[in-house]
Order: sequence, then structure tokens, then C-alpha cells
Amino acid sequence: MNELAVKFDGVGKRYRHFSLENIHLELPTGCIMGFIGANGAGKSTTIRILMGLVHQDEGSVRVLGHSMPAEQAKAKLDIGFVSEDMRLYGAATLAWHMEFMRPIYPRWDQKYAEELARRFDLKPQQKIKGLSHGQRVKAALLLALARRPRLLVLDEPTTGLDPVARVEVLGELMAALADEERTILFSSHNTLDVEQISDQITFIDRGRIIDSDDKEAFLDRWRRLRLVLPPDVAVPRLPGVVEVGGSGRLPVLTTDRFEPAMVSVCNELGAAVQAVDTMTLEEIFVANVQSRRERLTA
Amino acid sequence: MYTQYIDMHSDIVISQSDSRPMYLQIMEQVKQRVAVGEWAPGDEIPSIRQLAVALRVSVITIKRAYLELEREGVIVTQQGKGSIVAPNPALSPRLYDEEFSEHLEKIARLGELLGLSSEEIARRTKEAAKKLNECRPDETGMTGAGTTRAGTTKAR
Repeated sequence: MNELAVKFDGVGKRYRHFSLENIHLELPTGCIMGFIGANGAGKSTTIRILMGLVHQDEGSVRVLGHSMPAEQAKAKLDIGFVSEDMRLYGAATLAWHMEFMRPIYPRWDQKYAEELARRFDLKPQQKIKGLSHGQRVKAALLLALARRPRLLVLDEPTTGLDPVARVEVLGELMAALADEERTILFSSHNTLDVEQISDQITFIDRGRIIDSDDKEAFLDRWRRLRLVLPPDVAVPRLPGVVEVGGSGRLPVLTTDRFEPAMVSVCNELGAAVQAVDTMTLEEIFVANVQSRRERLTA
Repeated sequence: MYTQYIDMHSDIVISQSDSRPMYLQIMEQVKQRVAVGEWAPGDEIPSIRQLAVALRVSVITIKRAYLELEREGVIVTQQGKGSIVAPNPALSPRLYDEEFSEHLEKIARLGELLGLSSEEIARRTKEAAKKLNECRPDETGMTGAGTTRAGTTKAR
């Protein structure tokens, strides 16, 4: 199945102090995309536009084949959305919420909901207001997952969760993907989680998508080259170097376009390559954002 | 009773602190299972999605590992039917060889920083290899020295 679950084409939205510009996003069915950005970068706005909660000023948005926000009612029957702003009714129990959802969503899976409650260690008879933050997040996820939606849209699903709860949640998200027709888009600060489970990764900064690629490609492209220069040799100029750090004799080049040939080029120019380090997704993100911001102010 | 996918295929354990790319770790673990005979030639192995769920690792990473394993001749993927261990799995040491060379370069550099002569470096490398052998008397095919016929004796 090669259809796109989500397609943003040239989407823009202007607010007084912030604007989202030229957002292109393509999420194939069956994939999971991690959406990373600093606070205020535009993640939540993008997600709200995806859900039809905010109407874009320009560009088109298609979700599960439906045009948004025009066809949002139809689209939402197949979307499970969890965000921090969504509040469950404090005075009601989890079981009440489960009963509430059941008639609305045709694919509601009661057995799965009960199974999730067990796995997440939640008591359905407990009132929402009595739950801790982590339990509330898991409760909201349970309600979204049990609807067996074709698309899951999650804003910070593991933020604020203890390490054990995080593993449980990641496990359930992956389990949902066992069905190839299901797609997940999640935004997160937790780069370790994003690095582990994402197929596709998108970076957003100051209202613009600054990079989007498949996860393995990101991890393959970015490297830190640690060089040792003899006293009379200058730092080699290589294409695709986004940052030069370290000291005069021990420069560290950060590149987003690594090729093994770069090592031989350095050697030919008299620079010994001491190490070629891989980078974590977090390091890649920070380097990407910082170099971009520097280029803009230069 | 818990659903079976939770434990059936998660005998593969990934270390977060291992700095190598995830797909390489997975490849190594699959090859080890074949090497010791736990996964015999012709055996069905978890599908890409099944393993992704069990390990909580993205499908794209498992896919990459499986593609490389197929390229190396360790597994065979049948269209629409999942993957099996190859009838004559080639436990090629190619990747190990690259890693080995990388480490050798590091040793040479560190040796130089320490002011060791190349003879001294060689002597200490030899010592380390000898020590390793003394601790592991009855492994099969774990040293990566050439191809191994999987499915050999399981008896100890």
C-alpha cells in the first residue's frame, strides 16, 4: 500500500508573532514519523492543522484521503488524537470514558481496551482526577488505541512518563503498527524514543521544516570527523560541512553528507583522521538547528 | 495469558549503550543465533514487523538488517511469506572484518600516543588474543574466522 496517510502541500499559517511557512509533509501508510522541534517551533500548530482544528492560510492538507479542514468529521472517525491540551473529565472514571467512546467509534475494541488497562496498570474504576500525570497520559493513549484508528496523532506521548511507563507506551505504539494499514505521527522532545521507533523523521524550527528523511538515512549522513593537523596545515575545506569546532590543531568537522571518500581527501590534504564518530539523533538535531540559525544571522 | 508476541521473539536483546548502529546489532544477533544452531537452516524467523514490535525498533531498521542479512546469504526472504534461515547460511565475517580493521587503527594510534614500539603493540595484541582463547574453550564459529556450517552439534 503506497498511499499517503498525510500530505501537506505548501501549507502556511500566519499569526501575529509567529508563522508557519511552506510546510511540505508526506507520511506513507504503515509508517511512523517522529516530529522533532524546539518549543514554539510549530509542532503543535502543524498538528492542529492536520486535525482540522486550525484552518491553514494557504496550501492543501489531506489526511487519510480527506481534505482538511473541510472533511474533518469523516477523517476523525479514523484518527486517534492525544495531546496535552486534551482533557478527560476529572470527575468521571476511565471506565466511563471507555463506555462513552464505544458507541461513537465503529472499530472500538473493548477486549483490547481492557487488555491495555492491565498492561498500563490502570484501574478502570478510578476517577481521572485521582490519576498521576503519567497515568493520565496512558489513559488518553488507551482511549485512542482502543478505537483501532488508521492514524494515530500524538503530541508528546512519552513526555513526563517514568522509564518503565515509557517502555510500555513505546511497546503499545509498535504493537499498533503490526497492522500495516496503520500510521503514526508523533511529536516529541525525547529524541531517544524518536530515534528508536521512527521510520521517518522531520525536524521543524521557527515555523519551517528544516529536514525530513528516513531515519537510517539521517543516521548514515551525519558524522563528526576528528582531525589532527600538523602545524603548517589548514583545516580542509570539505563540501557538506555544517560546523567546524575543536581547536586549531584538533579540529572537529560536522557534516550532514558523509562519504567514506572524505577520509581519503583529508589524508591527502595532510590532515590525519583520528576518528569518524556517528551522531545521535539529538546531536544531529541540535547541529542542524544551530548551523541553520547561524547561517541566517551571518 | 499474555499474547504470544511479547516473549516469543524477544530473545534478541539490544543494548542501549552499544554505540554501533541498531541494524548492525540486530544483524550480529541473528548471525549468532544461526552460528550456535538455535536458528537452523530452513527455520522460519520472525517477520520484519514481528521483530519490530518485539524489539520496539522501527520497521525501517529491521528491514535494513534483513536486507543486509539476505545480501550476505544468511537469510532468504520469500515474497509475501516471510524469511527463513538460508539452507547454507554464509556467516561471512565481512562486517566483523571492517570493525576489526577500525579497532586495529585505533590501537595503532593509541600505541603511538603511549610511545609504544610496533613490536610492543603486536606483543600486547597477541597477549590479549591468547587470554581470550583461554577463557572460551568450546564456542562454535564465534571467532568469525571463516564460514561455519550452522546446525552442527548442540550437544555439550
